[in-house]
Amino acid sequence: SVEKEAPGGGADGDDSLYPIAVLIDELRNEDVQLRLNSIKKLSTIALALGVERTRTELLPFLTDTIYDEDEVLLALAEQLGNFTMLVGGPEYVHCLLPPLESLATVEETVVRDKAVESLRKISQEHSPVDLEVHFEPLVKRLASGDWFTSRTSACGLFSVCYPRVSSTVKAEIRQHFRTLCSDDTPMVRRAAASKLGEFAKVLELDYVKSDIISLFTALASDEQDSVRLLAVEACVSIATLLPQEDLETLVMPTLRQAAEDKSWRVRYMVADKFSELQKAVGPEITKNDLVPAFQNLLKDCEAEVRAAAANKVKEFCENLPEDSRETIIMTHILPCVKELVSDTNQHVKSALASVIMGLSTILGKDNTVEHLLPLFLAQLKDECPEVRLNIISNLDCVNEVIGIRQLSQSLLPAIVELAEDAKWRVRLAIIEYMPLLAGQLGVEFFDEKLNTLCMAWLIDHVYAIREAATCNLMKLVEKFGAEWAQNTIVPKVLGMANDPNYLHRMTTLFCINSLSEACGQEITTKQMLPVVLKMSNDQVANVRFNVAKSLQKIGPVLDSSALQTEVKPVLEKLATDTDMDVKYFAQEAISVLALA
Amino acid sequence: MSAISATEKVDGFTRKSMRKAQKQKKSQGSSQFRTQALTELSPLPQLKDAPSTEQQELFSQKLQQCCMLFDFMDSVTDLKSKEIKRATLNELVDYVSTNRGVLVETAYPEISNMICTNIFRTLPPSDNPDFDPEEDEPTLEASWPHIQLVYEFLLRFLENPDFQPSIAKRYIDQKFVLQLLELFDSEDPRERDFLKTVLHRIYGKFLGLRAFIRKQINNIFLRFIYETDHFNGVAELLEILGSIINGFALPLKAEHKQFLMKVLVPMHTAKGLALFHAQLAYCVVQFLEKDPILTEPVIRGLLKFWPKTCSQKEVMYLGEIEEILDVIEPTQFKKIQEPLFKQISRCVANPHFQVAERALYFWNNEYILSLIEENIDKVLPIMFGSLYRISKEHWNPTIVALVYNVLKTLMEMNSTLFDELTASYKSDRQRKVEAWRWKPHAMGMLL
Repeated sequence: SVEKEAPGGGADGDDSLYPIAVLIDELRNEDVQLRLNSIKKLSTIALALGVERTRTELLPFLTDTIYDEDEVLLALAEQLGNFTMLVGGPEYVHCLLPPLESLATVEETVVRDKAVESLRKISQEHSPVDLEVHFEPLVKRLASGDWFTSRTSACGLFSVCYPRVSSTVKAEIRQHFRTLCSDDTPMVRRAAASKLGEFAKVLELDYVKSDIISLFTALASDEQDSVRLLAVEACVSIATLLPQEDLETLVMPTLRQAAEDKSWRVRYMVADKFSELQKAVGPEITKNDLVPAFQNLLKDCEAEVRAAAANKVKEFCENLPEDSRETIIMTHILPCVKELVSDTNQHVKSALASVIMGLSTILGKDNTVEHLLPLFLAQLKDECPEVRLNIISNLDCVNEVIGIRQLSQSLLPAIVELAEDAKWRVRLAIIEYMPLLAGQLGVEFFDEKLNTLCMAWLIDHVYAIREAATCNLMKLVEKFGAEWAQNTIVPKVLGMANDPNYLHRMTTLFCINSLSEACGQEITTKQMLPVVLKMSNDQVANVRFNVAKSLQKIGPVLDSSALQTEVKPVLEKLATDTDMDVKYFAQEAISVLALA
Repeated sequence: MSAISATEKVDGFTRKSMRKAQKQKKSQGSSQFRTQALTELSPLPQLKDAPSTEQQELFSQKLQQCCMLFDFMDSVTDLKSKEIKRATLNELVDYVSTNRGVLVETAYPEISNMICTNIFRTLPPSDNPDFDPEEDEPTLEASWPHIQLVYEFLLRFLENPDFQPSIAKRYIDQKFVLQLLELFDSEDPRERDFLKTVLHRIYGKFLGLRAFIRKQINNIFLRFIYETDHFNGVAELLEILGSIINGFALPLKAEHKQFLMKVLVPMHTAKGLALFHAQLAYCVVQFLEKDPILTEPVIRGLLKFWPKTCSQKEVMYLGEIEEILDVIEPTQFKKIQEPLFKQISRCVANPHFQVAERALYFWNNEYILSLIEENIDKVLPIMFGSLYRISKEHWNPTIVALVYNVLKTLMEMNSTLFDELTASYKSDRQRKVEAWRWKPHAMGMLL
C-alpha cells in the first residue's frame, strides 16, 4: 500500500520520490495543518505516483481517510474535481467517484457542496456509457440515502447527467427527482426546489409540462415558507421555457398566489425577482397581472418587501411594453411611488432614492418637471442622509433630461448638510460625488458655492476624509484646468503650510503630491517647490520625511536645473537628519531621482 | 460641524456602547398580512350574567369576536375595539379555567379557530439584521396585550379537566404543531416562554403527535446548524427535549441515538452556543445516563468540534466534559482517557487563564480524582509535560498556584512514576538546549 512503500520512496533508489514520501507521510500526520498542506499538494503526489498507482493505491487510501477534519475534507473534495488526467484521463475518471460519493454525504455543508461541484465537473468527462454504468447509479444511491445529506447532494446531480443518458434511465431520473421534491425533510425539499429551474432546463418540453409544473405547484404551496420562496426562483426558468400560450394556465395561478403569500419572505422573493419574472412572462401578462401585483408589493405591509419592490421601480418601468408604458407609469406606478417618498421606513425611502432618478429618462422632460421633480426635491430634504446621498449620486440621469440647474437651489443645502454630517462615511460618500457635481454644475456655481466645502474637508479630523479631499482636488483640477487651480486652490493649499497643526501641514504636502502633475511644471516649480523646500526645516520629523517623499514624487515634474540646484542640497541635508525615517526617505528620494 | 460631539472629535469613532445607548428605545415589531376588513367591535353581555341556556351561544360569539385582528404598530387606531377584545379575552381565560362542562364538542373548532387566527403568523423580519441575542435588546411583539391572553387561554384550555385529546386531535394536529414550532423563532422571550409550556402540554397529552414533534424539532435544529445559524428558540426547545429524553425507554431507539450524535453533538459548533449551552449539556448528560455506551462517541464528537479560537466556548466545553465525567462509568473512562486528557493538557497550558483555570478545577472533583488515580499510569504521562512547564511559565499567579496543587496531588498518587517523568523531562529539555547551541542561528537567541 501507499503508506508502507512510499516512505522508502526510492525502493529503486530514486531520490526524487523522497519528497513525495514525506507528503504521503504528512497525509497521516497528527497536525491538521500538515495534513492540509499535503492534501493541497495532492496532484503532485499523484503525478509522481503515476496514473496506475494513483488509481490502485492513492484513491483507496483517500477513500478510507474520510473521517478527517472538515477543512481537510474540503480541500480533498476540491482537488478531486481536477484529477481526471491524474488517474489516466476520461477512460478512468469513474475511479474518482467513490471518494467523492462519501464526501457528498458528510454533515458539513461546505464540504458536501464542494463534493457536488466536483462531481458535476467530472460528470462531463464521463462517456455516455460510463455515465450510465458508474455515475447514474451513484446519483441513485445518493437519492435514496438514509440521511438527508446524501439526498440533498443528489438534487444537484440530476441535471448534469440527464441530457446524456438513454430514455429508460431518464425516466428513472425524473422519478427520483419527483420523490425528492416531496421528501419529508424540509432540507431536501429546499435542495430540490433550488434545483428545479436548472432541472427543468434540461428536460424535454413535454416533461416540463407534465412533470415539472406539478412539482412546481406543489413546492410553491409547501407548508414551509423557506421552500415556497425557492419555487419563486424556479418560476423564472420555467416561465422562460414554456410557450406564451401555456403560461396563463400553467404558471400564472402559482405566481399570483406567491405574490399574495401570507409569508413576507415569499412576497419579498417575488419583489426581488420581479424584473426577471416580468421578462419571462412577456408584455401581455405583465400588463394584466404584474402591474397590479407590483402595486401591491409597493404597498405591502412589510417594509422589507416594499424596499425590495422599490428597488425594482426603474427596471420594471423600463421593461414595460412601449405602447402603454407612459400610461401605466402615470396612472398605476407613480401614485405608489409618491407614497413611498414619505414612507415611515428609511430603507424603503433609500431604495427608492437609488432608482427614482432613472424614471426621468423614461418619462421625458415635461413629466419629469411636473411629476418627478417635486419628489426629488422632497427626497433631497429627507431626514435620512442615505436618501439624500442616493439622489445626489444619481444626478447624471436628470442632468441629461432637464439639466441640473432646475435642482441646484435645493441641491446646495442638501450637499452642505451632507458635507457636515456627523458620520464620516457620509462625508466620504459626498466627497466622491464632488467631481461629478462640479462637472454638471459648472465652474462658476462651483467657485461660488462649493469651493469652501472642498477646502474645509482638507482639515477634517478624520484622515480618510482628508485623503479623499486631496484626491478630490486633483480630479477638480483635471476638470477645470491649471489656471483655475492657480487662482483658487493652490494659494489656499500652500497657506496651510504654516498651520500650527502638523497634520494640516502634512496635508499641504499630500495635496502637492497629487496636484503637481495636473498643475504642470511652471506652477510646481514656482509656487509649490519653494514651500516644500521650506518645510524641510519643520520641527516635526513626520513632516520632514514627508518632504522627502514629496520631493521624490514631484521630481519628475521639475526640470533638471531645479533638481540639481534646489532639490539636491535639501535632500542631502535631510539625509543627515537625526531621525532614522527622515534619513531613509531622503536617501530613497536621492537614489530614485538619480541625484547621487 | 456642530453635530459632532467632543468625544467623537478625539477618536473619530463612536463607541459601540454609545451607539447602542442612543437607540435604547424599546423596539417593537409585528407582522400580520391582513386580508379581512376591520369592523368595529361592540361589547357583548358578560358570560356570567347570561342564563345557562344561552352561555354556549355567547361563548361562541365571543370566540368569534376575538378572531378580529388589530394593528398594534399603530397605537392610536381602534382603541375602543382593542379594549373590548382584551376584556373579552380576559373573560374567556377566566371562563375556561373556573367552569366545568364548558368544553362541549362543538366548542373545539371555534376555540381552535380563535387560537390559530391570533397566534399563527409569519414572524416579522428582524429589526436588526445582525441581532446579537447576548448584547441586543430583543424586538418585542407589539400585539402582546392580545396575544398573551390568547396563549393564556390556550394553556387553560389544554389544562381544563374536561379537555379531551380524542376530540382535540382533529384540530391540534401536525399542521398546528408545525406552525407552533415555527413561532419558537420569535425574538420575544415572553412568547417563547408560553410556547414552551404549550408544546410541553401538547407533547404530554397527544401521544400520536410525539414522534412528529421530535422529528420536526430535529429538522429545526439541522436547519439551524447547517443552513441558517439562527433560531431564537433553541434553548426553549432543548429544555423541552431535556424532559422528553428523561422519559425514553431502554434500550434507546436508533432514532434517538442518531439525534444525539448527528444533531446534539454538532450543535456544539453553533456561534451562539452560550445562549443554550446549559440546556444542551443537560440533554447530552441525560442521554449518557440512560445509555453509558454512548459516552465514548459523544466525547470523541466533542473533541472533534473542540473550539480552536473561542476561549469562552472552550470554558463551556470543559464544563460539559466535567458534567459528563461526573456520571461516566470507569470502563467508559478507560476508553476515552487518552484523547480526552491530551485535550485537557492543552487546555491547562492555555494562555487564557479562564480556560486553564476551568480545566484545573477538574482536580477538585472527588469522582474525577478517583478515576485519574485508578488510571494514573496513563493520565500522568500525558499531563506531566504541560503541567510542569506551566508551573514555571504561566503568566497568571493563580494558575501557577493551582498547577502546584495539581502536581502535588498527582505526585501523591504515584511518586515513582512522577520522579521518572521529572527526570526524563529534565534530560529531554537539556538535550534540546544542547541541540540548539549547535545551531549557529539559534546562538543569538540564547545569548
